Amino acid sequence: MAQIFHHAANNVAKISIVVAILLGGVAFFVYSQVARSSYLTGRYAEKQQPVQFSHKHHTGDDGIDCRYCHTSVETSYSAGIPPTETCMNCHSQIWADSPYLEPVRASYRENKPIEWERVHDLPEYAYFNHSIHVAKGVGCSTCHGQIDTMPAVFQVETLQMEWCLSCHREPEKYIRPKSEIYNMQWDGNDLSADERNQLKADYKIRQKEVLTSCSTCHR
Amino acid sequence: MEDVKEIQRRLHPPMVEGDHTFATATDRISDITLKRKTPFGWFIGFGIGFILLQIMMITVTYLVFTGIGIWGTNQPVGWAFPIINFVWWIGIGHAGTLISAILLLLNQKWRTSINRFAEAMTLFAVACAGVYPLLHTGRPWLAYWMFPYPNTMGMWPQFRSPLIWDVFAVSTYATVSLLFWYVGLIPDLATLRDRAKNKYFRIAYGLLSMGWRGSARHWHRYEIAYLLLAGLSTPLVLSVHSIVSLDFSVSQLPGWHATIFPPYFVAGAIFAGFAMVLILCIPLRVWYNLKDFITDTHLIYMGKVMLATGLIVCYGYVMEAFFGWYSAGEFEVFMIKNRIWNGPYWWFYWLLILCNGVSIQFLWFKRFRESAFWLFIISLVVSVGMWLERFVIIVTSLHRDFLPSSWAMYAPTIWDWSMFFGTLGLFVTLIFLFVRFLPVISIFEVRTLLPEANVHGHQEDFEENVLESQRGIKS
Repeated sequence: MAQIFHHAANNVAKISIVVAILLGGVAFFVYSQVARSSYLTGRYAEKQQPVQFSHKHHTGDDGIDCRYCHTSVETSYSAGIPPTETCMNCHSQIWADSPYLEPVRASYRENKPIEWERVHDLPEYAYFNHSIHVAKGVGCSTCHGQIDTMPAVFQVETLQMEWCLSCHREPEKYIRPKSEIYNMQWDGNDLSADERNQLKADYKIRQKEVLTSCSTCHR
Repeated sequence: MEDVKEIQRRLHPPMVEGDHTFATATDRISDITLKRKTPFGWFIGFGIGFILLQIMMITVTYLVFTGIGIWGTNQPVGWAFPIINFVWWIGIGHAGTLISAILLLLNQKWRTSINRFAEAMTLFAVACAGVYPLLHTGRPWLAYWMFPYPNTMGMWPQFRSPLIWDVFAVSTYATVSLLFWYVGLIPDLATLRDRAKNKYFRIAYGLLSMGWRGSARHWHRYEIAYLLLAGLSTPLVLSVHSIVSLDFSVSQLPGWHATIFPPYFVAGAIFAGFAMVLILCIPLRVWYNLKDFITDTHLIYMGKVMLATGLIVCYGYVMEAFFGWYSAGEFEVFMIKNRIWNGPYWWFYWLLILCNGVSIQFLWFKRFRESAFWLFIISLVVSVGMWLERFVIIVTSLHRDFLPSSWAMYAPTIWDWSMFFGTLGLFVTLIFLFVRFLPVISIFEVRTLLPEANVHGHQEDFEENVLESQRGIKS
């Protein structure tokens, strides 16, 4: 009776064990990278808006404070998207005839808000509040990056839960003095460890067990 | 001389009846898969299982598209049929592991002809059990969240929760049981490979037997691997159902929060498992003419194990009631009253006592132990009883807890039942496929029980000893 398998079958079987383990390791690594990739998180992807509005120009070049437009950032869960009237404060006077600004003028004429594309989209099951973060010393650029250099705003962080938790577990690493909240050039290395801990105490930031409790964010 | 043979039979009942040689034993078992025409009854049994399996498929499809609201599971009974059936199936699996691992280490020869299908039963029961927690998550495609891996949530599972211990216990159990079963199958798969005439069967069995040639080195390694796996499985017999019981007893709920739970659950698991082994092997040995290998002695031994474990379970029932009374806690006392006579589910409790407590008392009597028919009936009753036990523990504890305002009744929906009968279908289907395609009894291990394997022949010594002692008694 002829043999069923080729005589190399035993070696193939043995090698396949090693290959299977290697493939498993590679698959795991690929998964862990893909899961955090900008392809899935939308990180670094510039969003095109209905108006060619440049944060770089308004904040970086003109030096307008964040709060001029995002008025409710210190008092509300939402930083606030400015109404068209805020734009028209200036643009009824300057660049008043610019074709780039026609959508803004149209919005003003027709009393219809501009439909901005949302850049930072948190899932509904995560509760987020801007005012508490600002009040406890988290600056704009900590999460949003250097907006003053972005012609079109993009997301600089993954917005994944592990990213939220990295700060909620060690808030002292990310906070800054109240006066520096809207400083786009703030460098986290400017403070010593003692100063950070002092800040954490001054802000009365609660211990990490509270900050990382499920119901702090999932209410 | 007849006298001596009789005494020997009584002291050491043979585990293989009939005058079998290596060849006839191998033929008898391997022919089931290779030569004999698939009996018509097989198609009927498989067909019934397969139809039930399709009902399960329909249920699962509807469930995944709709959500677990199709079940009767709802507050306050948030853990209803899914966990009742999960615990029931997981428990059934335990006999297989006990037979294969502990009885092997204890050198109990009677395990040999029943271990193979008992282990298969374990695997299939674990598969049926696993379906429930998986689907009860509501989003089974995210079930991998239960495992610790570097996820983007920056979180580990809650290691202080027994539910996560359950994930590890059950997945370890499934893995080790599968390995144990498969390693034990390898020499027999090689036998089938060598005897199969059909080309595809030869390739399939050839692949599965992993190049087994039966050399001394193969056997040497096989024996070590098998012993190691037996050692690994042994703690699992105790740990898996202990951890399942901790799902309940770690909570604060009256009726669950009791220290007796781990041993009580383990005994119940083995009890239910042996009942299922008997339910499977009694028809099997008749239909496939295997009474030579699964002898009456086997059935008697299993009946005794059932009696012993059943009595431990009954002790558990007594202790549960005692704890309730002795705690003098208002809620504990209420729970016991509600469970046993005051609540709407009182008759479940008494049905349970009837099935698990009263029915096994017959096993004290030789007449019932030696009758395959009665063993079969008692095993069926015990299986129902063990299901009722889980129903009583889960539903009567949850449906009336601390706050009367949150009390409610629980009733399963048609989808609960279709899911339960569906898993029965999955189990039956797998069992029938197993019987058809794999050797139901370990061929090479049965061969070691035959007189032919006993090359040194201690028969004369034995007869001498018996005669000696007989003379001693007479004088």
